[in-house]
Amino acid sequence: MSFQSAVFWVFSAILLFAALRVITARNPVHAALFLVLAFATSAGLWMLLEAEFLAITLVLVYVGAVMVLFLFVVMMLDINLDRLREGYWDYLVPALVVAGVMVAEMATILWGRYFQLVASPAPAAKAAGYSNTRELGRLIYTDYVYAFEIAAVILLVAIVAAIALTLRSRKDTKYQDPARQIAVRKEDRVRIVSMSAEGATAPEPEKGTGSA
Amino acid sequence: MEYFETLLGPAWPVVWTLAKIVAIVLPLMIGVAYLTLAERKVIGYMQVRLGPNRVSFFGLRWLRGWGQPIADGLKLLTKEIIIPTGANKFLFILAPILSIMPALAAWAVVPFDPNLVLANVDAGLLYVLAITSMGVYGVIIAGWASNSKYAFLGSLRSAAQIVSYEIAMGFALVGVLMMAHSLNLVEIVKQQQGSYGALSWNWVPLFPMFLVYLISGVAETNRAPFDVAEGESEIVAGFHVEYSGMAFAVFFLAEYANMILVSTLCATMFLGGWLSPIPGLPDGFPWLLAKVAFVLFLFLWFRATFPRYRYDQIMRLGWKVFIPVTLVWLLVIGGWMQTPYWLWASGAH
Amino acid sequence: MNAIREFFRTFLLFELVKGMALTGRHMFARKITIQFPDEKTPQSPRFRGLHALRRYPNGEERCIACKLCEAVCPALAITIESDQRTDGTRRTTRYEIDLTKCIFCGFCEESCPVDSIVETRIFEYHGERRGDLVYTKEMLLAIGDRYEDQIAQDRASDAAYR
Repeated sequence: MSFQSAVFWVFSAILLFAALRVITARNPVHAALFLVLAFATSAGLWMLLEAEFLAITLVLVYVGAVMVLFLFVVMMLDINLDRLREGYWDYLVPALVVAGVMVAEMATILWGRYFQLVASPAPAAKAAGYSNTRELGRLIYTDYVYAFEIAAVILLVAIVAAIALTLRSRKDTKYQDPARQIAVRKEDRVRIVSMSAEGATAPEPEKGTGSA
Repeated sequence: MEYFETLLGPAWPVVWTLAKIVAIVLPLMIGVAYLTLAERKVIGYMQVRLGPNRVSFFGLRWLRGWGQPIADGLKLLTKEIIIPTGANKFLFILAPILSIMPALAAWAVVPFDPNLVLANVDAGLLYVLAITSMGVYGVIIAGWASNSKYAFLGSLRSAAQIVSYEIAMGFALVGVLMMAHSLNLVEIVKQQQGSYGALSWNWVPLFPMFLVYLISGVAETNRAPFDVAEGESEIVAGFHVEYSGMAFAVFFLAEYANMILVSTLCATMFLGGWLSPIPGLPDGFPWLLAKVAFVLFLFLWFRATFPRYRYDQIMRLGWKVFIPVTLVWLLVIGGWMQTPYWLWASGAH
Repeated sequence: MNAIREFFRTFLLFELVKGMALTGRHMFARKITIQFPDEKTPQSPRFRGLHALRRYPNGEERCIACKLCEAVCPALAITIESDQRTDGTRRTTRYEIDLTKCIFCGFCEESCPVDSIVETRIFEYHGERRGDLVYTKEMLLAIGDRYEDQIAQDRASDAAYR
């Protein structure tokens, strides 16, 4: 067994364990953290497949951003474990059916060669200096530029829609505009008036007043 | 060396790599220790105070103050680590480790010299971005596992802040990527080589991005004026309020190691790494050291100067100022590069 | 024109640079730190530090157990018990100041009709155990004996203003 396959088996074992714990852990925060572990491990597996751009992007996007926001929400939940357990058995049967179908589909693809579904040959080894980041960029911005741009626009529309649905602005809310705050100059607010001093003509207060 | 190679056989690459890691981490830790001293001294001087000047080695007068970081470290080592009731013990201990891990792991791809880099990987820039984005887990888990309101609030603040500033930071790095046509940090430095010395580095054409990266770097390391995760005047000490002894010290180390890391990346990507600022002088590692020291001094200077941002203004700055600024500048740079008036073209590609 | 100026002021971080210039200048300012055990600040003769009980020049203790200081003490730090001495005068049998309660307001000193309880210039003292900072009559008298010259001098220099 080569070192590479040893790494593969270890990573796969960790990945399976983490994925299993995601759905079995009682505490949602633990489940989210196991999901982080699962993402990090699968990034390692992708690295073994020499897909370094995808692997690092997985860590960057899912571990670094998406799961942080997940944790942000999950940590603030007020969790009632008994309520969560309710209906476990009711959902079990449909869940099992869905899982079974997914396993069957994945098996068909993964053993595609056996079923003679996959015609493409195994990819050739890459030359030194081959950067799949560069290749991916080239494909996205040349061959698939329309598909890519349309996907981006759809995502943008989704963001705008989400904001439009949830944003409520009240008319009576008071807020500051930092740009205006820092634009303020002394001359706008303060007027310095030169006046003659009045103290010189005022009568002297009598000695001893106030001490009694 | 060949003697050791034959002696250890197949284990040699592992041992050799470990030795190189130690050679990076050990000076880094010493740097961290003395950065704490430098911080206290610099901020002290800016506040017209003297800063630590008592602890010395062997009672030597001219070393007064230099023993302070060692004394602090020893003190923290001998203190008890208190685990609060109701805390999640495993995660409580794990959090500081998670916090320091990315701060050290990112050094793997940092080039100190054209040939002096632990792992010269092609996707170095992405790797750095991905690894540093994991640093927030230490803070989040610490806040949650402490079973304390203050710590929890600190971790929530940190989570939202770091996710926001990462986007601006990523866009700033896209500018660097466009300049260098490469994600490899060694290539990025080599591309900045030019006949104008300091003016051919990336900070000139990418000036807005340089500023955005620097400021986002301050925010990512939870340093003043973006230290709302600690915010001692509002939430006591934020995420590490329940930590004591060595567990606290590890958080401390992680913060300062992150500062050094961000400064080094800033120096590498915008300030020309090991390149010399004056065209005639030889390039080399000392220049990198000087640039890192300069950026670190800026970090301390910021802390001595600016009051803490209000939280909603942090969010505003990240989302409504930095992201638009970087996007606009990406367009400007992209358009400019297509014209014949592009001044920073290097013949490498 | 103004808008353009504002634009550049904002994006070139003019205000921040101004602030940093200020702190940068202060970095080279003369440092005003007083390095305490080696250097000390001058003290006023009115300095209110550790308490002392004084005696008359003939060695008789001044305190007549009138308990005015006990009554005036806002922190209730003073405890006095008194009895008749064999010569018929009223004297304290117990005079304690709990320095963990004392707020060093100086009311005891002001209320004293015979200038017995005074506050000295001593401010560097400590206790290692809980009870150490409860000063008894003997301790207070000892302090008074030891620093009588300084105390008398301070009182004399301040006498014109009382």
